[in-house]
Amino acid sequence: MSKESTYIPKTGFAKWFDQRLPLPRMLHDNINAFPTPRNLNYWYTFGGILTFCLVTQIITGIVLAMHYTADAGLAFASVEHIMRNVNYGWLIRYIHAVGASMFFLAVYVHIFRGLYYGSYKAPREMLWILGVVIYLLMVITAFMGYVLPWGQMSFWGATVITNLFSALPVVGTTITEWLWGGFAVDNATLKRFFSLHYLMPFMIFGVVILHIWSLHVTGNNNPVGISVKDKQDTVPFSPYYTVKDSVSLVIFIIFFAWFIFFNPNILGHSDNYIMADPLVTPAHIVPEWYLLPFYAILRAIPSKLGGVLVMGAAIGILFVLPWLDTSKVRSATFRPLYKQFYWIFLVNCIVLGYLGSQNPEGLFLVASRICTAYYFIHFLIVFPLLGLIEKPKPLPESITKSVLERMEIKNMKQKSVEA
Amino acid sequence: MSEKDVKEPTRRDFIFLATGALAVAGAASVAWPLVDQMNPDATALALSKIEVDVSQIERGQSITVKWRGKPVFIRRRTDEEIQMASRVELDSLPDTNARNYNLSPESSASDANRALDDNKEWLVMVGVCTHLGCVPKGQSLGDAKGDFGGWYCPCHGSHYDTAGRIRKGPAPKNLDIPNAEFINEEVIRIG
Repeated sequence: MSKESTYIPKTGFAKWFDQRLPLPRMLHDNINAFPTPRNLNYWYTFGGILTFCLVTQIITGIVLAMHYTADAGLAFASVEHIMRNVNYGWLIRYIHAVGASMFFLAVYVHIFRGLYYGSYKAPREMLWILGVVIYLLMVITAFMGYVLPWGQMSFWGATVITNLFSALPVVGTTITEWLWGGFAVDNATLKRFFSLHYLMPFMIFGVVILHIWSLHVTGNNNPVGISVKDKQDTVPFSPYYTVKDSVSLVIFIIFFAWFIFFNPNILGHSDNYIMADPLVTPAHIVPEWYLLPFYAILRAIPSKLGGVLVMGAAIGILFVLPWLDTSKVRSATFRPLYKQFYWIFLVNCIVLGYLGSQNPEGLFLVASRICTAYYFIHFLIVFPLLGLIEKPKPLPESITKSVLERMEIKNMKQKSVEA
Repeated sequence: MSEKDVKEPTRRDFIFLATGALAVAGAASVAWPLVDQMNPDATALALSKIEVDVSQIERGQSITVKWRGKPVFIRRRTDEEIQMASRVELDSLPDTNARNYNLSPESSASDANRALDDNKEWLVMVGVCTHLGCVPKGQSLGDAKGDFGGWYCPCHGSHYDTAGRIRKGPAPKNLDIPNAEFINEEVIRIG
């Protein structure tokens, strides 16, 4: 889009078409010929995997909607109908349910890849922000989707999350009753969640297009984090990265399939196979695994409004990350201090996830407060400070040089082994 | 500044602004029905009054009824429970407001202000934790009742006492007391 087009129409029809709607030209320039850094590793294949996840969720979702009934009296039975009667219904539903978890797994790898290689830094701030928007939309979509089977976890998850809004002063109750369409989560709530759950993936699709557009304006970041200097530093996206992405995707699908065929319910909660009962709360309410860290943060704060605000801030702070990081060096490979803090942060997030699954009492509560504090310290203190005090390692002259150097070292090692 | 910048507004500027303003007003007037359709409708509002026969409830027993889609706890308290609730110093409560819709909004959270009748036997309250909306345990005999002998919310660990007042945990307020009254010896009307 920012580069010169290399598309040459081969046939008379292609030429005629190109002059009227240059769609093949756009696809050629952005998929086939798009110049991509030559040193991308497998962590860079998760963008493609995520596109696959989105398409999978949309296709299986459209099919499920053909058999599902969004009505408080019928929803639970219609899901069982899908599981027992509809041809391959069990398979399609398990793909959709497990698919949500796989989608989040892939997005977390993608986000942490971006954090490691500094992909959010100038000139890719917009790319990063659009990514955070996609993540936020994914969270809302997943939450609404989880309500649709109308089991106990669906109902009480919906109750707890919509009640977050009641923490707002003055307008809180008005907003929650507006969200519910009544005085509690009920039929009206289920129907609107179904409608919005169907709509939002298409909104995500739209933002994904903006995300890719922005990526194609700035070009890919890469593991050494220095910018592309000349043509030598890049290879065309196809076949080099279409093939690399495919290898990754096949492995990802094998992993995905293991869950679908061998353990489809391990990521869910058994209480959701009990129909929603507004008069009985299950003993232990937990969200799906991918939201547990935020749940831990919510419960770490001993005030209702405070908990809600801090949890919102935990996602909100990602939007301003490009301006909190003061280091000009992108890749953690050349940032000895940041590299250590990166792993501490990653472990901190996983521990928060574990704490989110436990009762907030005693040591668990203390631990979740410490981890919540560290989450924010990482963004508000570590990021700004590191850029000022850290002495980065010398950067390679170019992407090509860094690749060649690595090959030389490899060759020398091989030779010494042979000798 | 060039001469062009300080030119008087023309009729065209006026028409431009007036058209824009009308378009915004038009869009806003169409937006409101789209927003308001999500609010509780007349059928939801119509369910706002119920009558409950409580003649079969002995002291120390509770029942849960559904009102506006939410559980309402009705408990006929024992003398011991009433004493436990009356002994508490009001200043030590996290929420000192009665949260009783039958009284003026400033009423204090004394046990008398929480109970429905003059004997303070009956407690009627919305069984929805004021933290994030779970239903607290404590209605059935075997339930956990928390550190203060009343109700305990398992979701995030809020403890309520025998007058339904928050004593410990993240919930900010006492359990709400809805509009309720005895319409005769045996029947309570809620709503």
